[in-house]
Order: sequence, then structure tokens, then C-alpha cells
Amino acid sequence: MKKLQIIVRPGMLDAVREALQGLGILGLNYTEIHGYGRQMGHTEVYRGNVMQVDFLPKLSCEVVLDDEKLESAITAICDATRTGHVGDGKIFVTEVLDAIRIRTGERGKAAL
Amino acid sequence: MNVADTSFMLISVTFVMLMTPALALFYGGLSRARNMLATSMYSYASLGAITVLWALAGYTLSFGGDLNGLIGDFSYLGLANVSGGVHANAPTIPHTVFMAFQCMFAVLTVALISGSYAGRIRFSAMLLFSCLWLFVCYCPMAHWVWGGGWLAKLGALDFAGGAVVHMASAAAALAAAMALGPRKKIGSFAPNNLPLTLLGGGILWFGWFGFNAGSALTSGNLAGHALLTTHLATASGILGWMCIEWKKTGKPTTLGVISGALAGLVAITPGAGFIPLWASMLTGFLGGLICYLGVLLKNRLGYDDALDVVGIHGVGGTWGALATGLFASSAVNGVDGLFFGNSWQFVVQAISVVATWAYVYVMSRLLFWGISCIMPLRVSPDAEHVGLDLSEHNERAYSL
Repeated sequence: MKKLQIIVRPGMLDAVREALQGLGILGLNYTEIHGYGRQMGHTEVYRGNVMQVDFLPKLSCEVVLDDEKLESAITAICDATRTGHVGDGKIFVTEVLDAIRIRTGERGKAAL
Repeated sequence: MNVADTSFMLISVTFVMLMTPALALFYGGLSRARNMLATSMYSYASLGAITVLWALAGYTLSFGGDLNGLIGDFSYLGLANVSGGVHANAPTIPHTVFMAFQCMFAVLTVALISGSYAGRIRFSAMLLFSCLWLFVCYCPMAHWVWGGGWLAKLGALDFAGGAVVHMASAAAALAAAMALGPRKKIGSFAPNNLPLTLLGGGILWFGWFGFNAGSALTSGNLAGHALLTTHLATASGILGWMCIEWKKTGKPTTLGVISGALAGLVAITPGAGFIPLWASMLTGFLGGLICYLGVLLKNRLGYDDALDVVGIHGVGGTWGALATGLFASSAVNGVDGLFFGNSWQFVVQAISVVATWAYVYVMSRLLFWGISCIMPLRVSPDAEHVGLDLSEHNERAYSL
């Protein structure tokens, strides 16, 4: 099993959800985060005063999925959220040791 | 006594009252989220404290009988002789209505200063300063210009408070920024809620009709003229600010639009009942341009006027007072300015500008110095970091 941390633009939540649901991958949570990557922040102007904003709003989505679905999920998410401009975000993949469904006690892939 | 004048002035009083809560929204939205309530508090504290002090002694010091052109006497102390009669400034309306109208001006002027010291002043120091400032600065200024004092005798024109309200509050704001020092740089100074600022600014525009048209103190031609010059100048102020901002930063902003409106309102205030309609548009448009440059002054000169009281009320009020000296026309209200052949009027306006800035700035600095001898002016660095809502008032604006 793998866990994906998918960092995308704030407006891309539905695109990620639809891409994953289309592959039959169920279960997703998201957090509103602020951060910066290679493009750094941006500037805002208030009454002619330029203010540097270092951290931009992004969404961080988490999903745990079966190894076999990893590549297709990554492809689907990238296709759905890519604009081609700086700031599209990143996906981080980590290994998951186990999963437990609390209600039934099922373990591993069966719990996803 | 005239029924039409009285009705109109009763309504004008309530219009002007609404400007102070509107200012709380305007300034509150511009502050940081942690200072939202503390910033709003300044306006409501003014409504409470200044109203009562105005009734007790402020009114008589401003509009009582003239003593050597400097201050009013005690003929209306504690509102004695106010109920039932009329005041010589407004012979067609009840004295109570005139007093209440002027009360709202005093409340608003004191609240205007708060844009400068917001985000770092201790509430107790702010309250003490506001109460003392009413007597030391506002009452003399109101007396000099409107109560038969030396500026009135000199012939200075200030229809609705360019000097008394806007320049005076801005001079005090500059003194506050210098006395307190800058805010700590904690994250970004970006506004926390611009929609509230836009709402507050819109209500200020609405209230300003009572402020400027009401300053005619009657409901006839002059009030209509003042109302129209006010609206034209405000609209033009929006355009002025938008032009320069669009050119300089590449995009027009909503904060720019509402700031331009305010700049137009401030600029037209002294001349609303003196200058022709066409001149009001020019005054407002240039007001928007000049105030845009005015708010950038603080970066050049290094004082931290948090919400731009000096940049808008100071620069706009000064421009408005001078514009009145340029464009005043006897066809409107009996006095000509420079463009109509009376250059002396421009000199008089310049004298009123210098006198207002100098007197109010010096006295405000002295007040802050005096208060700093008995209590700290600023909250502790920790409290400033936590925000004044929690540290000074034990509450927070947003629990999301």
C-alpha cells in the first residue's frame, strides 16, 4: 500500500476527487495549507504599498491506495490538475505498513 | 424656528452619527485579524466618552461666547441654556439639534485619529489621550473656525471641517505615530477583511451627506449645493485614485476605489458649500491622485501611520482647504477665491492650514509626552504579538 500526499492549487479539490473516484479509489481527506515551492510567494498591493506574501494557499490531499493502482492514480491526478503554469503542486509517495478498518477489524488491502 | 430646517437637521444628525460605527468597520477591516475588535473599540469608546465630555464642557468651550478669539466661555456648561432656545450659528433650528450635530463631529474627529495608533497603543492611554485631546485640541479648533474665534474673524473658510475635523485628526495621528513608534513586524500587515472596509467606506459616504449638506444648517439651496458637490467630488476621487493606481501598479483595487472615495470626501469637505459644481469634480479627482501619493509618504518619511490617517485626511484635508481658497465663488456662498480674483482668500486658507497643523501637532505631542510620564503608551511586545483583541479586551473577532 502507498500513501499519496497530493499538494495542488486551491481550486483543484474536485478534480482530484473525480480523478480518484473514476479509478474506484475511495477515501480521501484534505487540509487547507499555506506553503511555498520553487516559485516562492507572490506580491499583493494595498494602497500602493507592495507587500510580499511568502506563503501561498494550497490544498494537501491524502489518499491511501493499493500498489497496483499507484501509477494510474498518479497519471489521472496529474492530467486532472495540470495547468502547465508554475505552482501546479507536487505528489509525494510513501510506503504504508498496514491499514485497519475500525468497525470490522479488517486489515491491509481489505481495509481500504 | 423653521420646521423644514429642523427636520432636515434632525436627519443630518443621525446620518453623521452613523459615520462613527462606519469608521469602526472601515478601520477594523484594514487592521489585522488579531486587532479587529480593538480597532473597532476606538470608535465606540469615542461615541461613549466624547459624547459625555462634549455635553459637560466641550460644547460650551467650542460654541459658548467668544473669549479673545481663542475659546468659548462657560455659558453652556453642563448644557445650561441649551434646551428650549436657539444658537446664533443656526437660528432656525432648536439649540438641542445644533448641539447634537456638533457632538457627532467631535465624536467622529476623535475616532478618526485611531487609524494611526491602532495595533499597539494601550487602551487606557488611548482613552486618556482622546479625552484630553477633545479639550486641548478639538474645542479650540472648533471655536477658532466655527465658534467666532480668530480664524473665523480672519475669514478662513471651512464649510464642514477640513481643518477642524480632517487636518486636526491627521496632525494628532502624525503625533501619535511619532510618539508610539512603528508596529512590530509580525507577518504581513495585509488587511484582514476588505469587504468590511468597503461596507464601512460606503456607509461613510452615505453619512457624509449629513455631514456636508447638514453643515449648511438649513435645508435650502446651500444644502443641496453641498450635497451635490460632495457626491461629485467623491465619484471623481474614485476615478483619480483608480487612474494613478492602475498606471503605477498595473491593477485597480477595491481598497484603492474606497480610498479614492474617501479622499474625494475629505477634499470636498471644506469647500462643499463654497465652490462651484464643476470645481468639486476637479477637487475630488485631484484629491484622489494626491492622496494616493500621500499614503506613500509614510514609507519615505519612516513613520508608521497604520491605516493612513495622515495620507488621506491630512493630505486630502490640506488640499481641500487650499482648493477652497482657489475655487470659492461668491455666486455660491458670497466669497471669491483666487480664480475669481480674490487671492487674499488663498493666503487666508494657507494660514489656516499652517496654524492647524502646527497647533494640533505640537499639543498632541505634548499630550502623549505627559501621558507617557504616568503610564506606558504601548502594550508589551508579547501583547502586541498576541494581538490587542485578546491582550487588551479578552475577546477575539473570529472564532472559526
